[in-house]
Amino acid sequence: MVMSSLKLQDLIEEIRGAKTQAQEREVIQKECAHIRASFRDGDPLHRHRQLAKLLYVHMLGYPAHFGQMECLKLIASPRFIDKRVGYLGAMLLLDERQDAHLLITNSIKNDLNQGIQAVQGLALCTLSTMGSAEMCRDLATEVEKLLLERSPYVRKKAVLTAVHMIRKVPELSDTFLPVCAKLLHERHHGVLLGTITLITELCERSPAALKHFRKVVPQLVQILRTLVTTGFSTEHSISGVSDPFLQVQILRLLRILGRNHEESSESMNDLLAQVATNTDTSRNAGSAVLFETVLTIVDIRSAAGLRVLAVNILGRFLLNSDKNIRYVALTSLLRLVQSDHSAVQRHRPTVVECLREPDASLSRRALELSLALVNSSNVRAMTQELQGFLESCPLDLRADCASGILLAAERFAPTKRWHIDTILRVLTMAGSHVRDDAVANLTQLIGGAQELHAYSVRRLYSALAQDISQQPLVQVAAWCIGEYGDLLLEGSCEETEPLQVEEEEVLALLERVLQSHMSLPATRGYALTALMKLSTRLRGDNNRIRQVVSIYGSCLDVELQQRAVEYNTLFRKYDHMRAAILEKMPLVDRGGPQADEEVKESKEATHLLEPAPVPTEPQASKLLDLLDLLDGPSEDSQQPPPVDPSPEGTLIHLLDLPCAPLAPAPIPNLKVFEREGLQLNLSFVRPPGTPTLLLITATATNASEGDVTHFICQAAVPKSFQLQLQAPSGDTVPAQGGLPVTQVLRILNPNKAPLRLKLRLTYNHYGRSVQEIFEVNNLPVEAWQ
Amino acid sequence: MKGRSEEPWPGGSMRFMLLFSRQGKLRLQKWYLATSDKERKKMVRELMQVVLARKPKMCSFLEWRDLKVVYKRYASLYFCCAIEGQDNELITLELIHRYVELLDKYFGSVCELDIIFNFEKAYFILDEFLMGGDVQDTSKKSVLKAIEQADLLQEEDESPRSVLEEMGLA
Repeated sequence: MVMSSLKLQDLIEEIRGAKTQAQEREVIQKECAHIRASFRDGDPLHRHRQLAKLLYVHMLGYPAHFGQMECLKLIASPRFIDKRVGYLGAMLLLDERQDAHLLITNSIKNDLNQGIQAVQGLALCTLSTMGSAEMCRDLATEVEKLLLERSPYVRKKAVLTAVHMIRKVPELSDTFLPVCAKLLHERHHGVLLGTITLITELCERSPAALKHFRKVVPQLVQILRTLVTTGFSTEHSISGVSDPFLQVQILRLLRILGRNHEESSESMNDLLAQVATNTDTSRNAGSAVLFETVLTIVDIRSAAGLRVLAVNILGRFLLNSDKNIRYVALTSLLRLVQSDHSAVQRHRPTVVECLREPDASLSRRALELSLALVNSSNVRAMTQELQGFLESCPLDLRADCASGILLAAERFAPTKRWHIDTILRVLTMAGSHVRDDAVANLTQLIGGAQELHAYSVRRLYSALAQDISQQPLVQVAAWCIGEYGDLLLEGSCEETEPLQVEEEEVLALLERVLQSHMSLPATRGYALTALMKLSTRLRGDNNRIRQVVSIYGSCLDVELQQRAVEYNTLFRKYDHMRAAILEKMPLVDRGGPQADEEVKESKEATHLLEPAPVPTEPQASKLLDLLDLLDGPSEDSQQPPPVDPSPEGTLIHLLDLPCAPLAPAPIPNLKVFEREGLQLNLSFVRPPGTPTLLLITATATNASEGDVTHFICQAAVPKSFQLQLQAPSGDTVPAQGGLPVTQVLRILNPNKAPLRLKLRLTYNHYGRSVQEIFEVNNLPVEAWQ
Repeated sequence: MKGRSEEPWPGGSMRFMLLFSRQGKLRLQKWYLATSDKERKKMVRELMQVVLARKPKMCSFLEWRDLKVVYKRYASLYFCCAIEGQDNELITLELIHRYVELLDKYFGSVCELDIIFNFEKAYFILDEFLMGGDVQDTSKKSVLKAIEQADLLQEEDESPRSVLEEMGLA
């Protein structure tokens, strides 16, 4: 049997030599049969070799469960080679799902207690890799003992095992917390690093631990300072930076301890400034430390000057030749653009440069950031840059870029003409990528700018004459020509080049649109209606128009057919009313996005059975009433949603998600409530694989002098949504920036309807009980689109 | 015992590390969370596809599912780590590089073949460097020394008798 069974290396050779999947399978099946036989009655001295082979084929994807028991046997053997392979097998084949995994607990216990370092190391490593909660409870005492072992080799592993145990069994925090103080005096980098990791874990799991460890902030500051100034040893340096792993870990812990805590933050300020200015960033190691420093500075209550320094460091990162560093800079700046807006503005030129990045994940972030940085003073320059980007950007960014430009134009347009020009340019460049409401917005805009009617119709006519394929553009142009055709033919408009247009040309163009296979049904509707309107705007006889209209009376498209028939009837039987009916449209009141859609629909569907014009009322009832799912006074459910989103609202994140591989842009947080120092913030996550799922994390923080207790947050959403409130992290928000209470809301939105959210908060504060009910305004659109 | 799904835990930590070739062959997988074999296979397949589709000029970071992925190609092997959202990607790159240096020192100018034919050693080395996804020792010297000592222990155990046996001399 030893002869026909292969050695590991030979097996690997043979598998690699297999020319087909079938051949490989054959080799492996044959060998597995040998392995099984060997497990049954082979030489125990060779068991480890057999298991090694099995582990190899397991990595290739083949089943290896019959090796689980062998792992146990090998671990129990006194030979080191057996234990080495046995423990490896346990880590690869056993996990807490199998009952078998508990059987190694005893072996691990024995190995932890016998004196050979290497063996103790194996046991600890295995425990920290696959130790289940039961195993952790059983072995906690052993590990605790090993934290005081003389050998740093064992201590460093024991500390990290303790980290794992706490993750699995949070109650074990009590066991491992006391020894941390002593371990912080370690000189051995590995043990110290593990200790910092352990303390970090403890603090993140327990507000009491967090409070407790604030005392060690000065000590941590000292350790880091020593590392940075004198350096512990070159053995731990990378590219001249002292133990960057340790530095980063300390900085992360400082971040957690300094968060929301004025005193701790203050004691770190100097050190952070020191690290920020002294770290050599010629290589990645230094940049990694600097990056962590920046993350810490912006997360704690740091001095204003320090924050600006942090943002400037990120700005410098943007100029780094290493694209990885540019990536983290862009991501971080995006997170800061709201809170530290003016500091980030200073780096606008660099950000705009990053639009030219060949790597799409960078240019996407640069786009988001650029859009967030547009304001009234830089809108012209920025729009120009963004339009330049729009021309050449990758397809999947085009929609976001176009939408972004349009929104920025809407918010900051210096003049109406500029606004119209900008929209026109965007529609021309990326018409097929703009959102549906672009057409409505533009017609609304033009309609409201009487002085620009002539200008607009000429520009649009020229654009249309050149290209009838961009649907939104065609629709707007058709509408405009229909409305203002008379101005088109008038001949004089100073702002555009002189345009001589004949009536016949205009009609011919609209007919082309009607007939083109590129035109969407809606577009053809626009064109037909425009033609009809021209029958009252132009001076010629209307034979051509009448002809077209009558032809379309038998069009297969029902919508067009209906219109044509009605228009035909208008010509034949109601000609005396025609002029009045086709009069220029008055401006429609602009409500929120939903109202716009109503307006657009009503325009398209303006059948002539009702006397025109029909002003539409702001439609709010379409927006699902929140249906007082909570007791309490209903909010302004009759008013239309606000037109202008609040300044910190939606400028950044218009990014409708195009295709899968690129990750969704982070949605901005929203402060929804503040009263006497208690604040409630919402953060939003749309997990990439599930487009209908929205996760909201509500975080309650308390900056006041009094504790907030009995805190309960309830939520309600419209009927088509499904809401699941997960258990909150607690019901007390301690005073003065104590550990916040968080709660996750899972919202399923299968209809992709606009989200509405009503919250009800009840709590006790300053001896009074408080109840607040309110609807959340300014929810970012990315939360449901 | 019912299988438990892994629960997400706070605090930066590595979820798993993968090594695979340009042809999509897995060379090492270290998981720092409990997941079923089936789920792991799915994740590996998916992630490999995503990473292998990246062009050479692209940056080393990408977002996948709810994790950040840091990857780097060394010759014919991709080293790929999935980390939590709060983690520092740049230091993870250093971590990957350190591991490669360790392999390099151990094998002497390491190449993919070394990892293929000595996969257990690759695991042993990784387990001396990281534990539970966290760095346990920041000194190259110290890690390599530990491996060396373990190798010696291993050799002692492969008692002289069996070596002679294999040589056919006993």
